[in-house]
Amino acid sequence: MKTSISLNVNGTTHDVYVDPKTPLLYVLRNNLELNGPKYGCGQEICGSCMVLIDDHAVPSCLMHVGSVVGRSITTIEGLADEQGALHPVQQAFVNEQAAQCGYCLNGMVISAVSLLRQKQIRNDEMVRLFLHRNLCRCGTHTRILKAIKAVAKQLDNN
Amino acid sequence: MNAKNLFPSYSRRKFLKTTGSVTIGFCLWDGCNPPLPEDIAVGELPGNINRYPNINAWIEILDDGRIRVLTGKIELGQGIRIAVAQVAAEELNTAIDNVEVVLAETGRTPNEGYTAGSRSIETSAMAIRYAAAAAKEKILELAAEKLSVEKDQLVLENGTVRTEKSGISITLAQILEGAQIEDEVQLPVKLKNKSSYILVGKAIPRKDISRMARGEQVYVQDLRFAGMVHARVVRPANYQSKLVTTDEQGAKKMEGVLHVVRNGDFLAVIAEEEFQSIQAAQYLKENSNWTQAQIFPEDIKLHEYILSLPAETQEVKTEGNTTPLNDEEGIISASYSKPYLMHASIGTSCAVALFENNLLQIWSHTQGVYPLKEAIQKMLGLREDQLHITGIPGSGCYGHNGADDVAAEAAIIAMDYPGKHIRLQWTREDEHAWEPYGSAMVMQLKAKLDPSGKISHWGYNLWSDAHSSRPGGNPENLLPARHLAQPFVKTGSGGGGGAYRNSEPYYQIPNLNILAHFFQGPLRTSALRSLGAYANLFAIESFMDELSIAAGKDPLKFRLAHLTDKRAKAVVEKTGEMTKKEELSENEGVGYAFSRYKNVASYFACAVKVYYEQTSGQIHLKKMWGVIDAGEVINPDGLKNQTEGGMIQAASWTLMEKVTFNKDHITSTDWGTYPILRFDNIPEIEVVVIDRPNESPLGAGEAAQGPTAAAVANAVFRATGKRIRDLPIGMIQS
Repeated sequence: MKTSISLNVNGTTHDVYVDPKTPLLYVLRNNLELNGPKYGCGQEICGSCMVLIDDHAVPSCLMHVGSVVGRSITTIEGLADEQGALHPVQQAFVNEQAAQCGYCLNGMVISAVSLLRQKQIRNDEMVRLFLHRNLCRCGTHTRILKAIKAVAKQLDNN
Repeated sequence: MNAKNLFPSYSRRKFLKTTGSVTIGFCLWDGCNPPLPEDIAVGELPGNINRYPNINAWIEILDDGRIRVLTGKIELGQGIRIAVAQVAAEELNTAIDNVEVVLAETGRTPNEGYTAGSRSIETSAMAIRYAAAAAKEKILELAAEKLSVEKDQLVLENGTVRTEKSGISITLAQILEGAQIEDEVQLPVKLKNKSSYILVGKAIPRKDISRMARGEQVYVQDLRFAGMVHARVVRPANYQSKLVTTDEQGAKKMEGVLHVVRNGDFLAVIAEEEFQSIQAAQYLKENSNWTQAQIFPEDIKLHEYILSLPAETQEVKTEGNTTPLNDEEGIISASYSKPYLMHASIGTSCAVALFENNLLQIWSHTQGVYPLKEAIQKMLGLREDQLHITGIPGSGCYGHNGADDVAAEAAIIAMDYPGKHIRLQWTREDEHAWEPYGSAMVMQLKAKLDPSGKISHWGYNLWSDAHSSRPGGNPENLLPARHLAQPFVKTGSGGGGGAYRNSEPYYQIPNLNILAHFFQGPLRTSALRSLGAYANLFAIESFMDELSIAAGKDPLKFRLAHLTDKRAKAVVEKTGEMTKKEELSENEGVGYAFSRYKNVASYFACAVKVYYEQTSGQIHLKKMWGVIDAGEVINPDGLKNQTEGGMIQAASWTLMEKVTFNKDHITSTDWGTYPILRFDNIPEIEVVVIDRPNESPLGAGEAAQGPTAAAVANAVFRATGKRIRDLPIGMIQS
């Protein structure tokens, strides 16, 4: 049954009128018209639909929208700063041209941001572990690793 | 011309500074004369310009002096958009940001068939090069008339024509006065001299990656129209199941459900919201009865099963005398197989369709808007002018996946529910279980070595189902057309050259015989990246490894001894050079392979290093090296990206992929039942590009698939002592 739900997405409160059992993904894409999170499997296996919820990268394809009321949800659209400058992870993906078709890029960036926010250790093993849930079919993995490690290195140097 | 001023945002130095990396490569100007200001092209016009000779079929000049390029190809993640923009900007002396690209669209762009076979640079980009060069000449000619100066005193730069000395200038808008250049491209064409290139051959970044990183609208999946509604298809139990009963009324009572489409055995539901359509489709799935035709063989060994099927035989090539292969002694033989493989796109297939005012519009990530249009037109009985298809990029497809099927389904649904944009996206199970797969194959090889250890006789037999059942104007190749009340029935397997692609070794072998045997297998098959070349090269290059051991030769030297083409030798030698210092620990091995894609396209050699974890049986990929010669390189970073990606994808196919089925169903229905490589087994990769600016550009996007497979298997042999001839490699039992 549809009801009014208030969501905090990318720092803004949005009121949507949906069935609370609707997976968050469809509300983000269709009600809020965001493109970042994408349908890939609907089973939380591939990572295409990932968003940040309180700094944790989570798949949005099964999670009921009713269960994330009051949580801070960030999509890839919310990573750039107010002036539009890309987040260092987004910028690194552009610099390394770490995409072919790019459909998985959303989940890769979200996972990487989550790693950098949560972990002090960002070695090769940790990066691979954090990206384990994210599938890429084009074979862009080595560029993605390179992009994330470049940001980790930059952060470690600062 | 001052490169720094003309292309401020993409000077080479700046790009290197921002990325911190550079494509490893070297440039070979074979016998190049000192640069001339222009190259005069005579001979033949290249690519699809022969079919679309008018300049404005490819190039349009915008009012503000910017350039619009029209290509009949679609962006699949291979970077064709930036490549054609580079080629056009180069000839028209303009900054890359001044070029926009229109991708495949019926009635708008040239009909370039399919974006397939690694042919887009050879066919589309080369047509665009000539059209742009001809456009430049025409612009200078018109400007010369307007300014009353000699044409050779004029230069075109960033949308303005000016005199070299006197400082008089005129804009493109002033020259053309709103018209386009409709002249035909005719030989001779004055092309820019390659040695003065500023954009072509450079790693110009793709613009769409920034859009992806911002979450901007990029894909067909991202399209939104006012009042758009959502559809889902309810799948039969298997290819041949018939719909007996379904509870349409129950579904129609569900919240948001607008319509149920039933046409024969085709069943779909439309709802206001996407999740409502998913719920309604689930309801219909649970409340429908289908006949359960048992269509798949059960408990089979695929290799033996394929050989047991009736087959039609075609001779591919015979040279010399191969009767000595019938001897029993001194013959080396081996039999290999590959299973059915899937494209397995990360984003499921999607289309939007609208039927309104007697016009059906479709937005699709198809590889061929025109052939799809013809097939859908026939399926629905529409006139040519009643259908329009716009190509919009989707998730990477790697061949003929569900893109055309979902477009046809959206079309059927839209015709039944006019006036609304219908968005249809496949579920993961739809994609895994219903896409057309890459055919399973068996390859049997026999060879004889001469006393010096060279191959004197070669016998090759391959068994394969069809490698292309693309729409091609045939409705029976569209999945839903088979389920309609008036069905289009698929007849015959089609055979076709895709099966024996690269079945002929690129080596000098005096006596050889190659036969292809076509069977009709139980699964739906079509084009998967590199078609039969993947399996043929897995077999040939594995066998070359086996033969090198039999001959007591180093695997690279053994290959070089059978090669005469200098460019082939160069990629093999470079691979050897890159790996010669590699040290191996216990349970590690390096395998090699080489091919020239289709025997006429890119040269590629590679090496793979693996580690065998004896306790678990798992093969770990440690490092992969690739060397590619694709002739003239338009964008080395794009070529490198495609090659790295091809190697990783092929390694995934080879190590772990196989479509499974029981007697009723495909059982590979998600990423759990059809796993692909994840980050824990991604090796370090080093790709070297050999740029040959004076050679023709060669198709490259599929060059890595076959050799990588064999190099992985050869490395596994070196690490474990076990020769894997039936793919996937899987776990190795000690």
